[in-house]
Amino acid sequence: MTQLKKRMVQLEVLRYDPEKDSEPRFQKYEVECNEEWVVLDALTAVKENIDPTLNFRWSCHMAVCGSCGMMVNGEPKLSCHAFLRHYEGVIRVEPLANFPIERDLVTVADDFIDKLKRVKPYLIPKEKKSIEQGEYKQTPAQLMKYRQFSMCINCMLCYAACPEYALQPKFIGPAAITLAHRYNQDSRDGGRDERQEVIATNEGVWECSFVGACSEVCPKAVDPAGALQQVKVASTLDWFKEHLLPGGTK
Amino acid sequence: MSRKPFVREVSKTGWYLKHPRYLRYMSREVTCIFIGAFALLMLCTLERLSKGPEAFASFMAALKGPWSFLGLALILAFAVHNATNWFNVTPKAMPVQIGEEFLDGKYIVGAHYAVWAVASLVVLFFAGVL
Repeated sequence: MTQLKKRMVQLEVLRYDPEKDSEPRFQKYEVECNEEWVVLDALTAVKENIDPTLNFRWSCHMAVCGSCGMMVNGEPKLSCHAFLRHYEGVIRVEPLANFPIERDLVTVADDFIDKLKRVKPYLIPKEKKSIEQGEYKQTPAQLMKYRQFSMCINCMLCYAACPEYALQPKFIGPAAITLAHRYNQDSRDGGRDERQEVIATNEGVWECSFVGACSEVCPKAVDPAGALQQVKVASTLDWFKEHLLPGGTK
Repeated sequence: MSRKPFVREVSKTGWYLKHPRYLRYMSREVTCIFIGAFALLMLCTLERLSKGPEAFASFMAALKGPWSFLGLALILAFAVHNATNWFNVTPKAMPVQIGEEFLDGKYIVGAHYAVWAVASLVVLFFAGVL
């Protein structure tokens, strides 16, 4: 059996205890890791062997649940997807940027959750059908129109990368608007007007200046920046239809 | 156990120095100053033109100096930077779906460059350069 290669990994972790600290501080750890491990494994090794008081969120360990987002050397990453072999020297781990720190690497996600609720990220059928009337059918082409945007795992890495959200916290932000767009693009959905009231606003897409950082850090290749620009184009067309076409209806 | 979330301050003036991708973004945004300057120059040119052939000719002669040339070259460089940046991201804003597939973004970007080249040739033709 092949022996797994081991190495000592140095971590610099931002710690914050709301009961004791007035502000966060860095704490250094040195922990033995397998070369194949990810940053989340190294943090788990610290918690199990060195410091059980270290707090961080995680669940699936396979880039699906979106719980373990952190700043790794200043870059928003899923810590279960940040392989130690890609890092040299001291690895600096901080809580996701642009969110308040609850404790250590755990952030307060309430703002994102509230915004997500506001955009109604669920199917609002055009017409209600009874079970007897059968399912809402969709062709593969209709599915492909929104499939990419449905891959979002709500990990909030895009919010941590977005300077607009950092400077204007009222901004509804990349993931929530992308999910609104995902349902707006769904042939079975009839809730676009309700969502447009939230996202085609100054707090919505018009706060976005297309930095594109959200798409660069997205671990699921959702391309939120693309979704937001498409919402801008569609909202502009709405305006022209409303104001310039005879009849003036959307 | 009490809750006391800690909010990290974000620098309102130095945030773009924190990552190369933010600097790239700012390099695109700063082009508006140079393009705005060129728009002003065009307005001045029109104003001179309205004052008659001599006024226009002397204005154009003044623009042929080395400093004007340097300024115009700088404006052109920033205009090209602005145009190429936006052309390269057009597939994000206007994806073209054909059946179950999406048209490769390079065709959408390429179409923009092609129209740009044709428009430039038409302008150069009417300017008497070609």
